[in-house]
Amino acid sequence: MKWYITKRLIMLIPVLLGTSIIVFSLIHLTPGDPARTMAGEHASEETIQRIREKYGLDKPLYIQYLIWLKDALKGDLGRSIVSHESVTKEIFDRFPNTFELTLVAMLFAVIIGVFAGIISASKQYSIFDYTVMGIAIFGVSMPIFWLGIMLMMIFGVYLRWFPIGGRISMMVSIHRITGFYIIDSIITGNTEALLSTLHHLILPSIALGTIPMATIARVTRSSMLEVLRQDFIRTERAKGLPEKLVIYKHAVRNALIPVVTVIGLNFGLLLAGAILTETVFSWPGIGRYIINAVKMRDYPAVQGCVLFFAFLFVIVNLLTDILYIYIDPRIRYR
Amino acid sequence: MNGSYLIKRFMRNKSAVVGLVLVLLLIFGAIFADKIAPNNPTPSPPNLSLKLKPGFWSDKGVPGMPLGTDGLGRCVYSRILYGARVSLASGFIAVGIALALGITLGVIAGYFGGWVDSLLMRIVDVMFAFPALLLAIVIVTVIGQGLFKAMVAIGIVYTPQMARIIRSSVLYIKEMEYIEIQRAIGSSHLRVILRHILPNSIAPVIVYGTLMLATAILDCAALGFLGLGAQPPTPEWGAMLSRSYSYIVGGAWWAATFPGIAILLAVMGLNLLGDGLRDILDPRLKD
Repeated sequence: MKWYITKRLIMLIPVLLGTSIIVFSLIHLTPGDPARTMAGEHASEETIQRIREKYGLDKPLYIQYLIWLKDALKGDLGRSIVSHESVTKEIFDRFPNTFELTLVAMLFAVIIGVFAGIISASKQYSIFDYTVMGIAIFGVSMPIFWLGIMLMMIFGVYLRWFPIGGRISMMVSIHRITGFYIIDSIITGNTEALLSTLHHLILPSIALGTIPMATIARVTRSSMLEVLRQDFIRTERAKGLPEKLVIYKHAVRNALIPVVTVIGLNFGLLLAGAILTETVFSWPGIGRYIINAVKMRDYPAVQGCVLFFAFLFVIVNLLTDILYIYIDPRIRYR
Repeated sequence: MNGSYLIKRFMRNKSAVVGLVLVLLLIFGAIFADKIAPNNPTPSPPNLSLKLKPGFWSDKGVPGMPLGTDGLGRCVYSRILYGARVSLASGFIAVGIALALGITLGVIAGYFGGWVDSLLMRIVDVMFAFPALLLAIVIVTVIGQGLFKAMVAIGIVYTPQMARIIRSSVLYIKEMEYIEIQRAIGSSHLRVILRHILPNSIAPVIVYGTLMLATAILDCAALGFLGLGAQPPTPEWGAMLSRSYSYIVGGAWWAATFPGIAILLAVMGLNLLGDGLRDILDPRLKD
């Protein structure tokens, strides 16, 4: 186990280096002189020259890459051209917003998806099964931004049950400690802030969580059906074990193994989906920040965010693989 | 396995038939958009007096504009029909790029193996380190915004996936005896690849190509929605949504609802068709 994890960690190094090269190349593949692009259209030659020196753009490419990589490893991703703030700080200011949204969305997807899948499988070909599978087919084909807009329209604009955007009501003040508003409001005992946070979280989380929920429901169902066909289940039924125990105690445990992989894979997709959800719900997270940075041609910000996202994505995939062998001792060290 | 047997099996799969019908509708709408659309999708100058009129469900609607009008007074129905053209074209171009690059890389990696294979697969690993939409956004940042550039970006993003599928299929076929015989009787590598390996890898290409078409349309719409893909006044479904959803607060729900339904049906059709094709063409791939 330890050896496997070490091996996987070592294998991560070339992937992360490759990622960093792609992200670095971003700014240098762009047609034209990056210093000129950064300086803006009406900049004087002197300004451009100053930027060139400041960002080391007058040095050979590989040296520039090494300098950038060294800084990135130290946690310095440069400064945003637009806000002149440190990109690392901008990312860490927004990351808790995105992460909290993603976690709640995932929680929603896993709880509903797994239960729907289990019930569907244990009542195969029932009306419930057909309904769940029907919804799952819609779910995987749904444009996430459109689902967000529809939820916002029905539950925000018409029924007025939920706010149509933002992270917390402007009337509520919250003391920011971790940046995760649920945690912060619980630590400070601020019930009003907690309720407002949850209230704002519901629609975006449903919008973001529906696609993974559909996938999880489908995988849980097919995995359950497979397990339910196995001999040990027949033995248990034959010895008179109540059906509930057969399903929830014995079948589910085995059926959830592939589901873990799907959850891990979907986590990365959720990070990408957050870009769309945040745009729809004016959510102050990294996704919206990236889009604005792309539109403003704020290269250091785009580079920093993409590197950060890719890093997270790789780490989540690694954790999934480790968790996978941990919960299923049959698969080991290959 | 002959053709009529396969067709019979396909027709028995109800959801695949539904998918086929949806895809045919999409193609029909795209081809005949200029014949069926009642109005010009991009009138210039736009008729602002028709701004945000409802459709057939209301008596305040404008005759000849069954799905109402958008914020610039343009017919939503006509724009959706023309949008089918844009979406289908973007799907085909993106998947076409992924196929061309993916088949080349996959065949080289799978057939020749060795360091070429290792190098290509490491590059593929790196590209997999990015969520697809994020990588597309990165590429758009580099090559610039716009509909065609978005298609290219998505094509590049899908290449590693296609390359992997082709590679594994080539690896499997390469070990077959008839390939060995071909080499033994002196056929060149190129001939073996073109005459024997590629035709036998066609099933996964069709299946995954169809499924990829679905995600390509979805991702193209997403880029359009984010303002990085199609630019106004192009009638593209994602861009239509992004320009209309602010009006729902004022009660004009139709301009943001129908383009989304169009995306949903197109993507669902391709997904169902792809699943159906997988079941008949390549039962080994069934999950």
